[in-house]
Amino acid sequence: MQVIDVTIGCPVPVPILANAVRAGFPSPADDFIEEEIDLQRLLISNRPATFLVRVSGDSMILARLFDGDLAVVDRSLTPRNGDIVVVDVDGERSFKVWKRQEPRISLHFANPRFPEFRLSPGAVIEVWGVVSGSVNPRRRGE
Amino acid sequence: MSARAYALSDGNSFYCSCERVFDARIAKLPVIVLSNNDGCAIARTGEAKALGIGMGEPWFKIRDMCKAQGVRVYSSNYALYGDMSARVNAVYRGFSPCIEIYSIDESFLDISDVRPSDRETLCRDMRETVRAWTGIPTCVGIGPTKTLSKLANHIAKKVPELGGVCDLSDPVQYDHWMVRIPLEDLWEIGAASARRLQALGCDSVVDVRDLDPRVARKAMTVVGERMVHELRGTPCLDLETMPPTRKDCAVTRSFSNRVEDLATMEQAIATHASRLGEKLRREGLATNHVTIFFHTSEHDCDRLQRSVSTVVSLPEATNDTMALVKAATHGVRKTWRDGFRYSKAGVVTTDLMPLAASQRAMPGLGQLDREKGLALMDALDACNRRFGRGAVVPGVAGFAGKRDWSTKFEMRSPRYTTCAEELPVVAAA
Repeated sequence: MQVIDVTIGCPVPVPILANAVRAGFPSPADDFIEEEIDLQRLLISNRPATFLVRVSGDSMILARLFDGDLAVVDRSLTPRNGDIVVVDVDGERSFKVWKRQEPRISLHFANPRFPEFRLSPGAVIEVWGVVSGSVNPRRRGE
Repeated sequence: MSARAYALSDGNSFYCSCERVFDARIAKLPVIVLSNNDGCAIARTGEAKALGIGMGEPWFKIRDMCKAQGVRVYSSNYALYGDMSARVNAVYRGFSPCIEIYSIDESFLDISDVRPSDRETLCRDMRETVRAWTGIPTCVGIGPTKTLSKLANHIAKKVPELGGVCDLSDPVQYDHWMVRIPLEDLWEIGAASARRLQALGCDSVVDVRDLDPRVARKAMTVVGERMVHELRGTPCLDLETMPPTRKDCAVTRSFSNRVEDLATMEQAIATHASRLGEKLRREGLATNHVTIFFHTSEHDCDRLQRSVSTVVSLPEATNDTMALVKAATHGVRKTWRDGFRYSKAGVVTTDLMPLAASQRAMPGLGQLDREKGLALMDALDACNRRFGRGAVVPGVAGFAGKRDWSTKFEMRSPRYTTCAEELPVVAAA
């Protein structure tokens, strides 16, 4: 079972320094306290365009996207060579590696155990978004 | 003062479009979304309209046809639509700092600073950005007044050749379209007003524009006069960028099954009162009375009908859920009678005031312990934000799993963007 704590609109603050105890000398670190690291900001650069989706399957493991991972998908990005994309091929949505060799666009699995992915002639391709990151929650505190 | 320009942007079949963003397989199929409790169709794609499904058509009347025609039907998923609406408005804000969110799928933007010749390009760019970033298709109308921008939006929707944008601040387009729009297409014009305008000899929008404002005032009060000025390009309506302070607040629901016993009714009313408290706290408002109501259904015409509405006063203004629940359930017990099948219940307040500015009761004479209440309510709101609405409620509202009276959402899609357990799953296969 996985319980995930990252939702859009809900920052996950990770305190770097905390100095709650006030006794004796003030902490020499006080002048160096910076703001908290916001995991949301690290992973998401364009909020209205970013969606979280869950990965189902093993076809992208060489691209380090594993079954059960959360993929961060940014719809405002234009795909570049080698990007992982969420793409609709004839109405079926899946992850693929996006490659362009002028004038052609090709889509690929990232797992040697999978056969070459072939587009049927006349297939309708629409990129839904570009994967900008992924989260792989491993263990939560009890 | 320089001339003003407004853009009205709205999502095409917004609720249906939200569903389509997350399901590639329904991109070309007819799709409809039903109202609360799956009552009637409240959003339809073009394909569904083409099948003859009307706005507000009761679900039970079209159920068989939808099945036969392969229409995809969804219960309303307001968590999803609200989040998508916030995203779309965030994109709008990148194009104009001054926007009025008119409804969940419509916003006015002030684009007065944009050169007239650049307005259409800006709006096309905005439309494409919204589509790319959020997946939602929109139409945009531009005009020197809000009424004209609304009209332009309507034209953009009706005339596909325009590519989703119509600019009535451009004199050429203005002259072209004004004579071609029928009266009924005017913003917020009811059947009665339309008849009155027709009696004055108006057939199209241009006839209304050319009315003497005093005549329009006589026929349709100040609303008519304002409409004439707005159609001429003189703005009478400003953007409402700050929502006006709420004067009243209501939480009402139809039951999915009829309620016939006091305990269940108390649970329902307590749940509504609890939600009411949450709404008031979010806006810093308070009330010194709650009105509760419940009634039977006119559809049960073979049975005895009963409708109850009662006001319960509070010793002082509050937004504390515990106090509101106590008052509301007291109202139920006082007015309850067995032997009826109740179909709907609600909690309503009027004359809301800011909590901070409200008058306190005397200590010992009904004064509530605000400090203690405040801490508890903060904790309650934090829990419900974190674990989902209704996760923590006063005991009298009952356990969520056992609330068999609560609203039906039988065909609701997952809350794709707001609930970690319901994220869209994409195949890596």
